[in-house]
Amino acid sequence: MGDRRIRVITGHYGSGKSEFAVNYAVALAKQGKQVCLVDLDVVNPYFRSREKEEELRELGIEVIASSIGGAAIDVPAVSASILKPLHQKELDAVIDLGGDPVGARVLSRFYKDLQDEEIDVFFVVNAYRPETADLEGTLSYLRRIEATARQTVTGLINNTHLLKSTKVEDVLLGQELTQALSRETQIPIRFVSCLETVASELPDDIEGEVFPLQLYLREQWML
Amino acid sequence: MAKVLMKGNEAIGAAAIKAGCKYFFGYPITPQNEIPEYMSRELPKVGGVFLQAESEVAAINMVYGAAGCGVRVMTSSSSPGIALKQEGISYIAGAELPCVIVNISRGGPGLGSIQPAQSDYYQSTRGGGNGDYFHPVYAPASIQESVDLMQEAFDVADRYRTPVMVLGDGMIGQMMEPVEFFEREAEKTEKPWATNGTKGKRKPNIINSLFIDPQALEDHNHRLEEKFELMKKNEVRVETFNLEDAEVVCVAYGTTARIVKNAIEICKNEGIQVGLIRPITLWPFPEAAFEEVSDKTKAYLSVEMSMGQMIDDVKIAVAGERPVEFYGRSGGMIPTPEGVVGKIKSILGRE
Repeated sequence: MGDRRIRVITGHYGSGKSEFAVNYAVALAKQGKQVCLVDLDVVNPYFRSREKEEELRELGIEVIASSIGGAAIDVPAVSASILKPLHQKELDAVIDLGGDPVGARVLSRFYKDLQDEEIDVFFVVNAYRPETADLEGTLSYLRRIEATARQTVTGLINNTHLLKSTKVEDVLLGQELTQALSRETQIPIRFVSCLETVASELPDDIEGEVFPLQLYLREQWML
Repeated sequence: MAKVLMKGNEAIGAAAIKAGCKYFFGYPITPQNEIPEYMSRELPKVGGVFLQAESEVAAINMVYGAAGCGVRVMTSSSSPGIALKQEGISYIAGAELPCVIVNISRGGPGLGSIQPAQSDYYQSTRGGGNGDYFHPVYAPASIQESVDLMQEAFDVADRYRTPVMVLGDGMIGQMMEPVEFFEREAEKTEKPWATNGTKGKRKPNIINSLFIDPQALEDHNHRLEEKFELMKKNEVRVETFNLEDAEVVCVAYGTTARIVKNAIEICKNEGIQVGLIRPITLWPFPEAAFEEVSDKTKAYLSVEMSMGQMIDDVKIAVAGERPVEFYGRSGGMIPTPEGVVGKIKSILGRE
């Protein structure tokens, strides 16, 4: 994965940002990189990547979230230690932003810290979310997120899914939307992410790198 | 409409609008905030009104007013916010007005936490409000079921002139799941009692829960009681699973029922037969379902995300015929299938 040192994962809430961010951090760690996963989600109180801090720490990934501990934290407090992976060039950073423009706003606070940095901003697309089911809606989210985050999206991720019931057709349906968005914005499709079982069935010539996902944030009893 | 991926709270909002709800009054509280957020965005598009009140007490009294006008109206909140609304709910029940109250419950008591809990069983089924009243309480176990029950809730509210509660734990509100909206015609109920203008053709209607004559209030309570009996007869909803041959029958609702189903699967693989009674209505409680249990059943196990509240209703339904055990987690901790399996094995003495 030859992406830039700092990768920001953004998108509409429910698109699967956190699940992708966790998987991406794990993939980097497996390559022997020193990885920081920065959970900047101050919007969503549940299903945040920080919930998996313990498992991730065992894989050698440092999770940076709120300065106030406890899963039930419901205030927009981020930790000053977020600056660590931004400034320490030997670290690889995955920044998991909160959903929607409102969640992306947190990043604008670090505008100056990111100015001279090598940064990729990935926008996650899920065509099954009603608000981003078509080009108009998806484009609107992308542009508004760019504006509030004060960053430019450098890559698209087709993460179209219906959780554990996702089929190849679902991913391909999302691929059409992501391609349309790519044509409109001239932003390349960087990844196509989906369940491992579905990934193996995707056509070889699909645009973007196929990125198999393991569901870290869904309990066994969830759909 | 094809399947979409929605968060429980959003789906509940969408289902309410599909059921013809045009008015929402509420006050923010986690973990139900996506409901008012969704309503504030979507209600104006259908000519409805979203209003953020200055408090939960104000919001429920706005619901009282709108319901009196005969329109489909709702509010939503989470545990401590619902506690604040109880006075209004009692007034609405007393004045016999239809409305829907959604409770996406969190840990308690007090401010508790924002994580999921089921410790609002008492305040949902027994009411924190005063007086002799009950109202239906629906407890969905999936996002799809939340959507279906929202439509049901509005119909039942109109049919019986009663507040109806839809109770989901925080997980139901926050979880994403695929969901499909089926076209369903809202039941049309005449509302001759509504204060929607006499147009010079009838006497003014009065919406009231105050009676100055004790006999009149007792008569009113008897009429309400008849209505509650009718709902007990007609509106019970329950799912039973694997009851035949079950050595232990679990009783669980909402998210917890999903976890119990996983536990049942694990038990099955180890040769232990376990059944489930899943109340979909917590009031009226599905007492008749307990009669389906076979002679092979040695005990019941109430599984809850609380310190044990529904267990009281289970004991009433079982009426002392078998032991009733309890397994629960609280404070926002979620039971695991393995934890439930452990309890089942200890009941059967098979550790």
